[in-house]
Amino acid sequence: MIDSFYSANDHFTIIPAVMLALFGCAILIFDFVLFPDPRQRKWLLIFVVLAEGFTGFGLFRQQAFIASSGPLDGFHGTVMVDGFSVFFNWIFLVAALIVSVVSYRYLENAGEHHGEYYSLILFAQCGMYFLATGTDLVTLFVGLELMALSFYVMVGFLRSEKRSNEAAMKYLLLGAFSSGFLAYGFSVLYGIAHSTRLTEVAAAVASRGLWDPVVYLALITTSVGLLFKVAAAPFHMWAPDAYEGAPTTVTAYLSVASKAASFAFLLRLFYGQMAPFAGLREVWGPILAVVAVVTMTVGNLAAINQSNVKRLLAYSSISHAGYMLLGLVAGNERGITGIAVYVMVYTFMNLGAFLVLVALRRQKIIGDEMDDISGLMKKSPGYAVLMLIFLLSLAGIPPTAGFLGKYYIFLSLIEARQYTLAVIATLYAAVAIYYYFRIVKSMFVSELREKAPMATSFGMRVALTVSGVMTLAIGIYPEPFLRLAQTSLLR
Amino acid sequence: MDQHLLSIILLTPLAGLLVLLFIPSKSKNLIRVWANLAALAGFLVSLPLLQRFQNGVPGFQFEERANWIPTLGVHYHIGIDGISLLLVMLTTLMGCVAMLVSWSGIQDRTKEYYAMFLLLQTGMIGVFLSLDFFVFYIFWELVLVPMYFIIGIWGGPRKLYAAIKFFLYTLAGSVLMLLGILTLYFQHSQQFGFYTFEISELMKTAMPLNLQQWVFWAFFIGFAIKVPMFPFHTWLPDAHVEAPTAGSVILAAVLLKMGTYGFLRFSLPLLPKASMDQNIVRILAVLSIVGIIYGALVCLMQKDWKKLVAYSSVSHLGFCTLGIFSMNPNGIAGSVIQQVNHGISTGMLFMVIGVIYERRHTREISEYGGLAHVMPRFAIIFAIAMLSSAGLPLLNGFVGEFTILQGAFEANWAWAAFAVTGVILGAAYLLWLYQRTMLGQVTNGKNLTIPDMNFREVAMFVPLIAWAVWIGIYPKPYFDILRQPVQEIVERVRPGYFNGNQPALARNTATPAAAQAGGAR
Repeated sequence: MIDSFYSANDHFTIIPAVMLALFGCAILIFDFVLFPDPRQRKWLLIFVVLAEGFTGFGLFRQQAFIASSGPLDGFHGTVMVDGFSVFFNWIFLVAALIVSVVSYRYLENAGEHHGEYYSLILFAQCGMYFLATGTDLVTLFVGLELMALSFYVMVGFLRSEKRSNEAAMKYLLLGAFSSGFLAYGFSVLYGIAHSTRLTEVAAAVASRGLWDPVVYLALITTSVGLLFKVAAAPFHMWAPDAYEGAPTTVTAYLSVASKAASFAFLLRLFYGQMAPFAGLREVWGPILAVVAVVTMTVGNLAAINQSNVKRLLAYSSISHAGYMLLGLVAGNERGITGIAVYVMVYTFMNLGAFLVLVALRRQKIIGDEMDDISGLMKKSPGYAVLMLIFLLSLAGIPPTAGFLGKYYIFLSLIEARQYTLAVIATLYAAVAIYYYFRIVKSMFVSELREKAPMATSFGMRVALTVSGVMTLAIGIYPEPFLRLAQTSLLR
Repeated sequence: MDQHLLSIILLTPLAGLLVLLFIPSKSKNLIRVWANLAALAGFLVSLPLLQRFQNGVPGFQFEERANWIPTLGVHYHIGIDGISLLLVMLTTLMGCVAMLVSWSGIQDRTKEYYAMFLLLQTGMIGVFLSLDFFVFYIFWELVLVPMYFIIGIWGGPRKLYAAIKFFLYTLAGSVLMLLGILTLYFQHSQQFGFYTFEISELMKTAMPLNLQQWVFWAFFIGFAIKVPMFPFHTWLPDAHVEAPTAGSVILAAVLLKMGTYGFLRFSLPLLPKASMDQNIVRILAVLSIVGIIYGALVCLMQKDWKKLVAYSSVSHLGFCTLGIFSMNPNGIAGSVIQQVNHGISTGMLFMVIGVIYERRHTREISEYGGLAHVMPRFAIIFAIAMLSSAGLPLLNGFVGEFTILQGAFEANWAWAAFAVTGVILGAAYLLWLYQRTMLGQVTNGKNLTIPDMNFREVAMFVPLIAWAVWIGIYPKPYFDILRQPVQEIVERVRPGYFNGNQPALARNTATPAAAQAGGAR
C-alpha cells in the first residue's frame, strides 16, 4: 500500500530537493545552537557545501540514469526527471553555490550576517528544483511560490537600508499580483482538463481547438504571470528596483537562478509534448515576438543612461530575457537548445559581473555607482580584466561564452526564417556594446576616485576565478558544454 | 615545420604577450625591448613563407586543419594563397614597425599598450589566415577590443568618442555580416545534411539569386564599414585622428584591408551570382568612385594634417574596391597590390605625422611651413612617402593605381574616367600639403628649433621605403604571386572567362551584364 504513495522511484526523482530542504532546516536550527557570534557564521557555508554536494550527487545519479534508460516520472506523473530538469538543476546548483560562497564578506560588511540567509538560498533552490522538474500545475505553482517567497525575504535582507525594504515591498506586491494571474490561469486550465497533470491538460487543450475563448483566457493569464517572472516587458517594472535595492549577492542570484528557473517553467508550459500551450503556437508566436522585441528595446534603451552599475546590469538582464524569448519564438530545436546554452553562459557571465560589484561593497561604501568602479584597472587589475571579460561576454563578443548564446539564438531565427527579428536582435547587440563599454571606459580610462581596497575574500577569489574561467572556456572550447545543453532536449 | 608554419606565425605575438604579462609594469624599457623583439620575431617567422610559397599552385598552401567544435561544424582551418600571403607579410612587417614607432610616444601604461598591440597582431593575422568562417569571425571581432583600448586610452583629446564610434560602427556591421554567414551556413546544411563553416564547403552551396543578394548585402555592410566605403566612412577620420601614431598606422595599413580582403575571400567566391549581378556591381562601383572623388575633395579642404591623411585613405581604398568590382584579373590584382601600397604609403604618412607631432604637439597645417630647412632628413622621407602615396611612377602607388584603372577601363571606360580624377586630385592635395608644411620660409618661430629625425626614427622608415621602391621598380613578383588566386576568383565569378576563344578584350569592354551573358553562353 505504502509503495504506491512513495516508491523508490519517487524517492529518486526528488532526492536533491529533499536534501536542499533538510539542510535548509538544519541551518536554521544549528545557526542558533552553534554560532551565536556573527563572525563565526561563515562556517554555515559548510552546510551549504554539503547540501550542494548531496544535491549534486543526486543529480549526477539522475543524469546517469536518464542516459541509460530515459526520462523517469514520479509521484504519479507530478514530477519528471529528464535531461531538461537535470540540466537546469545543475545551473541552479552552480548559481546557489557561487552566490553563497561570496556572501559572507558582503553580509558582514553590510552588518546583516544571519544564518537564515543560507537556508533561504537553499529553499529558493528547492523551489527552483520543482519548477524545472514539476509536470503538474500544483507542483509547479508550489515550486514557484517557494522560490518567490524566499526571494521576497532575501531582497529585503538589508533591514536597515531603505532601498532594500522598498525593493522587497515592490517585489512582493507585484509578485503576488502576478502569482494571482498565474493561479487564475491554472484554475482555468484545471477547469478545462479536470486534472492538474500537464499531459492531461495538454490533451484537453488540444481537443478544444485553436481559438476557444476559455483556452485563450488561460493562455493570456498564464503568460502574464510567466512574463512577469522572467521580467519581460511590459511586466518588467519590478526588476530594476528589486535588483538595485536587493543585496548585490541576492541580485546576482535573482538575476541568474530565478531567471533560469522561470525560463524552465516557461518552457515546460510552452514547448514539448506535454506542454499545454505548445499547440497554440500560431496564437502566441506573434505576440511573444512582439514581447521579445519590446523587452530588448526597453532593456537596452533604458540601460544606456544609467549611472548606477547595478541598475544598468538590471536593465541589461531584461534585454537578455528578450534574447532568450526569441529562442522560443523561433520555436525550433535549435532555439530551445539556444535557450539552454544562453541560460548556461548567462549564469557564469552575469554572476561574474555582479560578483565584481559585490567586491566593491565595503564597510561604509555601497559601491554600485559608476564612479565607484572608475579607475579599477589602476587599483585592482585582476578584477578589472575579469569584469572586462564578463562584459564582453554579456555583449556577445567572441571568443567569450556570450557569443555562443547569441549565435544559437540568431541561427534559430534564421532557421525559422524570422529574418526581421534576427536583424533587430543583432542590431541591439551593437546598442548593448555602448552601455557595457561605458563601464569598461570607466574602469580602464577614467581616473581612480575611490581608493579603498576591494572587499576580497577566499570565497570571492574562488568564485570569480570559476566564473571567469568558465566564461572563457565555454567561449574557446564549447564542445562539451554544447553537448550538455543538447541533453536538455531529452524529454 | 612547414605544416605548422602558419600556426607559429599566428601564435608568436600571443606567446610574446604571455611573457610580457610577467614583466613588472615598472620596468618600461624592458617591456619596450621585449615587445619589439616579439614583433620582430613575428616578422622573422613569417619570412620563410616568401621562400617556400609556390606560385601558380591552385588552392591554398601551408594548410592546417583540425576539428574544433564538431557540434557546430567549426574547424581550425588556416592556409594562405597569394592574396593572403601579401597581406600577412604586410601585417607582420607593419606590426614590427608600429612597435618601433611607439618607442618614445607611449610613456603611460606601457605594458597594457604593448599587450594590446600584440593581441591585435594575432587577431589581424588570424583574419588573413582563416579558411573557416567561424574562426574568421572570431578573429575579426577579436581585433575590435584591443583597437578600442589603443584609441580610447592612448588617443588624443576626443579619444573616447572616437573609440566607441569605431567600435559601434564596426560591430553593427559585423553582426549583420554574422547573420549573412549563418544564412549561408544554414542553406548549406539544408542541401548537404551536415553543418560546416568551411569556406571550401560553403562554396558548393547553391542558392537562389534573391537569397544570394540578401547575403551579399549582409556581407557588404560588414566589409564596407571596415574598408570603409563611401557612406560608411564617417568613423574613420575620428578614429584616425584620435588614435596614437602606431594605432593610426596599423589601422590604415592593416585593419582597413580586412574589409577589402573580406570582399575578395568571401563575398566574391561564395556569392558569385550576386557579385556579378548588374545592379550590385554598378552600385558598388559608383560608391567606390564617389569615395575616391569625395575623399580627395575633402582632403583638399582639411586644416588638420592627420585628418587629411585619414581622408586620403577613403580615396585610396575607393580605388581598391573599384578594382575588386571591375571583376577582371587586372582590377583584382591591382586592388591587392594597391592594398599593400596603401599600407606602406599611408603607414609612412602617419608615421611622418607622428614624428612631427611628438615634437610640436599640434597637427594644424598652418602651424608649420618651411620645415625642409630645419629638418632635411624629415623632408626627404616625407617626400618619398608623399610621392608614393600620390602614385609617382617608379614608386609603388603608381603600379597599383595604374593596374586598377586598366581593370576599370576594361570593365567600363566611364568608371576609369571618373576614377582618374581621383589620381589627379590625390597629387594635388598631397603636393599642396607638402608645399604648405615643408617648403618656403619658416614662418613660425617655434619650428626653428625642432630637432631632425634620430636614428630610430629613420630606421623605422627604411624597410617601408625599400618595399615601396621594390614594388615601384620591379612589381613582377607580386603579379606572379597574385596570378593564380586572382584567376581562381575571376573564374569563379565569371565562369569561362579564361577559355573563351574570342579575344578577351571583346568581352571585357562590354558592361558586366553583357559579360555575364557571355559567361552564361
